[in-house]
Amino acid sequence: MSDDVAIVGLGIHPFGRHDGVSGLEMGAIAARRALANAGIAWNDVDFAAGGSDAAGNADTSVSMLGLTGVPFINVKNGCATGGSALTTAHAMLASGAAEVALVVGFDKHPRGAFNPLPEEWGIGSWYGETGLMLTTQFFAMKIQRYMAEHGISESTLAKVAAKAFANGARNPDAWRRTPLSEQEILSSRMVNNPLTQYMFCSPGEGAVALVLARGPRIKELAREPVYLRSVAFRTRRFGSFEVFAPSIPIESAPSATTEAAAAAFEEAGIGPGDVDVAQIQDTESGAEVMHLAETGLCEHGEQESLIQSGATELDGRLPVNTDGGCLACGEPIGASGLRQVHEIALQLRGEAGDRQVPKECRVGFTQVYGAPGVSACTVLTV
Amino acid sequence: MTDTHSIQLIDSELIGGTEDEPRLIGSQCERCGTVTFPRQRSCPRCTSEDVHPHELATRGALWTWTIQCFAPKAPPYLEGGAREFEPYGVGYIELPGEVRVEARLTESDPGRLRIGMPMELTLIPVPGASDKRTFAFRPVEDQ
Repeated sequence: MSDDVAIVGLGIHPFGRHDGVSGLEMGAIAARRALANAGIAWNDVDFAAGGSDAAGNADTSVSMLGLTGVPFINVKNGCATGGSALTTAHAMLASGAAEVALVVGFDKHPRGAFNPLPEEWGIGSWYGETGLMLTTQFFAMKIQRYMAEHGISESTLAKVAAKAFANGARNPDAWRRTPLSEQEILSSRMVNNPLTQYMFCSPGEGAVALVLARGPRIKELAREPVYLRSVAFRTRRFGSFEVFAPSIPIESAPSATTEAAAAAFEEAGIGPGDVDVAQIQDTESGAEVMHLAETGLCEHGEQESLIQSGATELDGRLPVNTDGGCLACGEPIGASGLRQVHEIALQLRGEAGDRQVPKECRVGFTQVYGAPGVSACTVLTV
Repeated sequence: MTDTHSIQLIDSELIGGTEDEPRLIGSQCERCGTVTFPRQRSCPRCTSEDVHPHELATRGALWTWTIQCFAPKAPPYLEGGAREFEPYGVGYIELPGEVRVEARLTESDPGRLRIGMPMELTLIPVPGASDKRTFAFRPVEDQ
């Protein structure tokens, strides 16, 4: 159809630590790879969007890619940076305002936990000085409550991480490539109860770029286009339990993820039951568990049997985070959302190498989540 | 009894009452009754700007918790707080009919924390600035 939008080029700069290479340079490298993968030049692109959280303005990469005058929108939207860039590019293409677009996300963070300043998130300095301004605390407290309500075990948290490192070991672009046993994960240093060191991702570095096209340009550029059936982006509602919240209402509401996922499935006309392979935000093991149900891929509480039975492993019924996710790839904030889409596109094209899902995959799904309660989801098909 | 004006508070917009009987100050919406903490100028539920300061209940139940096992980075933590770091508890306390408040806990032993246990408001020294006080919740001692 003329209003179809598809991904026709994929580019990635390996995730991990890359001393001496700036985030912006990684972004430009990923962009060149995506252009080469699509078989086009930078001056064929008539719209670009992208961003990073901590590694500079994406549009300055034109000085490396070429000064073509292309309109280039910078995005800075926390973990939803990639999703927001994709939302913008999708709207430009679907409306006919552009024919070929490039989206890019990259980042480069120092070692250790993130240390955002409360003032930048609308909270007083007392919050940081009291010791509450930590994303790790939020995820720990959310899964602690969730485990009590829905019967999730610590073994299941460990299994999520063990799967991530097993998949990462098969992915040359991942950072953590050493498999770890469930026992090694459980007995590693406690970070925020009930989550141990190896159940958390680490801030890292990396970049991803995608070339997208619309209408007749799709078939000209790609042998096997991956159609972006929908991309939906939501912020939080009153009553949802989100990160950096000095208080939460007693009245509860669905999370930003629940609403973004429902909107993405509705727009695509595809249900969660049709998904063959998924990439789910796994900044820590508990996030993958909770997001599986928030996105509608399973029922609340069903994760315990699903994960214990191996259903989310590469050869399972619903493979999740086939590239190792944030746990094995690390978390460069601006890049992670597009990494998920990149991985689904590889899986649907059958080009995922050692980590290719053995069953036939025709429908993929991605979900990112971030502070202060934002989520972006996509549905992709071949 | 000393009122909280005689001790230094981390933020006087947050905490009122007295040193022995402190109160957290939130806000309540005149239109829909929603309680928020800290206080804000408009209601996040119904968007009304007709809100007024509201002293929160001092007792509630532990809704969820964790232990902070590594020193937060300074900033936003204080340098002294990071230097003298000991693991500490953090939780959300549900104040009945009002709101769930996030706070430090005086208890840091995971074996002594459980969801649903009764908690009450107290003041503790700000980590790294012992002349100042911030708020925390402590387990209610068995009577």
